[in-house]
Amino acid sequence: MTEMIRFVQGNEACVEGALYAGLEFFAGYPITPSTEIAELLSGRLPTNGGKFIQMEDEIASMCAIIGASLTGHKVMTATSGPGFSLKQEAIGYACMAEIPCVIVNVQRGGPSTGNPTHVSQGDINQARWGTHGDHSIIALTASNHQDIFAMTVDAFNLAETYRTPVVLLLDEAVGHMREKLTIPAKDELQIIDRLRTSLGKDVDYHPYLPREDGRLPMSDFGGDHRYNVTGLYHDMWGFPSANPKVVNQLLRHLVDKIENNVHAITRYKEYYLEDAHYIMVSYGSSARSAIHLAEERRKRGERIGVLELQSIWPFPTEVVREKCAAARAVVVVEMNMGQVLAQVKSAVEHPERVFLANRIDGKLIAPHDIKKLLRVIQGKGV
Amino acid sequence: MAVTDYLRQRFFPHMWCPGCGHGTILNSLLRAVEELELSKNDIVMTSGIGCSARISGYVDFHSLHTLHGRALAFATGVKLSKPELTLLVPMGDGDALAIGGNHFIHAARRNIDITAIVMNNRIYGMTGGQFSPLSGPGVKATTAPYTTIDANFDVVKLAIAAGASFVARSTAYHARESTEILKKAIMHKGFSVVEILSQCPTHYGRKNKEGDAVAMLELHKTNTAKLGSKQLEENPNLVARGIFIQEERAEYCIEYGKIVEHAQRRNVK
Repeated sequence: MTEMIRFVQGNEACVEGALYAGLEFFAGYPITPSTEIAELLSGRLPTNGGKFIQMEDEIASMCAIIGASLTGHKVMTATSGPGFSLKQEAIGYACMAEIPCVIVNVQRGGPSTGNPTHVSQGDINQARWGTHGDHSIIALTASNHQDIFAMTVDAFNLAETYRTPVVLLLDEAVGHMREKLTIPAKDELQIIDRLRTSLGKDVDYHPYLPREDGRLPMSDFGGDHRYNVTGLYHDMWGFPSANPKVVNQLLRHLVDKIENNVHAITRYKEYYLEDAHYIMVSYGSSARSAIHLAEERRKRGERIGVLELQSIWPFPTEVVREKCAAARAVVVVEMNMGQVLAQVKSAVEHPERVFLANRIDGKLIAPHDIKKLLRVIQGKGV
Repeated sequence: MAVTDYLRQRFFPHMWCPGCGHGTILNSLLRAVEELELSKNDIVMTSGIGCSARISGYVDFHSLHTLHGRALAFATGVKLSKPELTLLVPMGDGDALAIGGNHFIHAARRNIDITAIVMNNRIYGMTGGQFSPLSGPGVKATTAPYTTIDANFDVVKLAIAAGASFVARSTAYHARESTEILKKAIMHKGFSVVEILSQCPTHYGRKNKEGDAVAMLELHKTNTAKLGSKQLEENPNLVARGIFIQEERAEYCIEYGKIVEHAQRRNVK
């Protein structure tokens, strides 16, 4: 056993996961509460030949990692609300040009400068629709340090598999709290690298011609195949095109390559769901309170369980529908005004049985906050 | 190789207007690459958005056509992740110094080995003729119907102050001179800035009564003078052409390489 046990912050678990996944290039800008990720990587990356750069702003950080991904490296940046807003145009570029990259957003209270040192989960919809235009994207989240590690590794694997930006939505509470992390032995978790073209140097390479399975083998900048990368609609050579057929095909490809693989991308955990009359759907640090409450109530014989979402986008509609099918009521536990609530309501058969237990004041939602709502739902009075 | 070997002829005809100076600058640049005998596989051209930015589609290098103003930020990622590549970053005046101004000064400050070419036609051409931060006061544009009151940047002074270790200026009229300057800029180890005055007869020339492309090219000739020339000495109002600064200074990727060595030595201990 070469496993290593550490006592770390969530942000550090993310760093460990990224290095385990093969991170080679990080560009960032200081912002609370994600700064520790940049600080730690500035020390760690050069020790294994990787590169760290502190850019002049959040936009430049996002652009720099896209550039570094094109030379064939695994890349990541980390930020929080205001920085996530600034990165959106370049995230759209990575969607359009199909560049693998990982963006960590350690969420804090918004809008605007908001509540920088306090927890929130207000960027769920921004992760999905922050950049303009139709597109699809992958977003993962985690509620504890072991899962942050695993989801960070998964974020890289999915980015490299689907040639897409992957957003890792952490929050201030999981990012800053300390708990145990067991770093898996080498090769214990699967690491996926991008597909690279096997075409020889004099063969015409079509960088944007998807294979039958929708995947596009890449060629590193500096290699034998010289091609154009653009944020404009483009043909199979990467050359700009406004041809309606080309535009139509490309947009459908960008959406389908992710939405058609929602089953492969979906990640979740379940606690006491088998016979549950009441189901709490939650994620991130909120899920810790939901799980705590479920454990407590199970001891008293109440049939209550938790569905913890670890992938938020593409939204795991079918999983939510199936798991919640027999529930008398579903309580979405989150720290925003109901962003995942809306998704759950549209996923289940009886949206009128879906309720929101939330906190939006910068304080971590506690089991107590959920209990109050549960009493009403269960008909036990206010 | 012939100059045409550096072009993706599949993508022609280009989208520049008749009389535009950008094609001439592309010519100067390709001749510089040809005379330096650089391998096409070693060159990455990164550009932003605008008329000038379309240049990256036409060249047979690795090409990265990015976002408005962000070409240097993308280029920084490419270069630092693979320092053996040669980075050419042509930009328009608005692209480089309005929306991209921050990236411009910081790339200069880092002295990262990238060649930035500011194709300065003093106007936003692609959007139809709005004034840019290089237009200067007294210029007519679609967003300045009563003429501009905005002062302009001096690209050369700005680049030098920000830390670029090679800074030069030429014009589309002086195509041969541009090639010689670009050769030196590309070979320079550090951040190099070459401002090349270009002409936009469609928007700038028409609005400001500078005449057609030929008349505007004539202005490149009559309004400029070589650094150190008697002509410039006698008429300091002329725009100076030539190499303003060429210094050996610590280059970012080389310095980072030292950090990597240091970190690895420390890690072994």
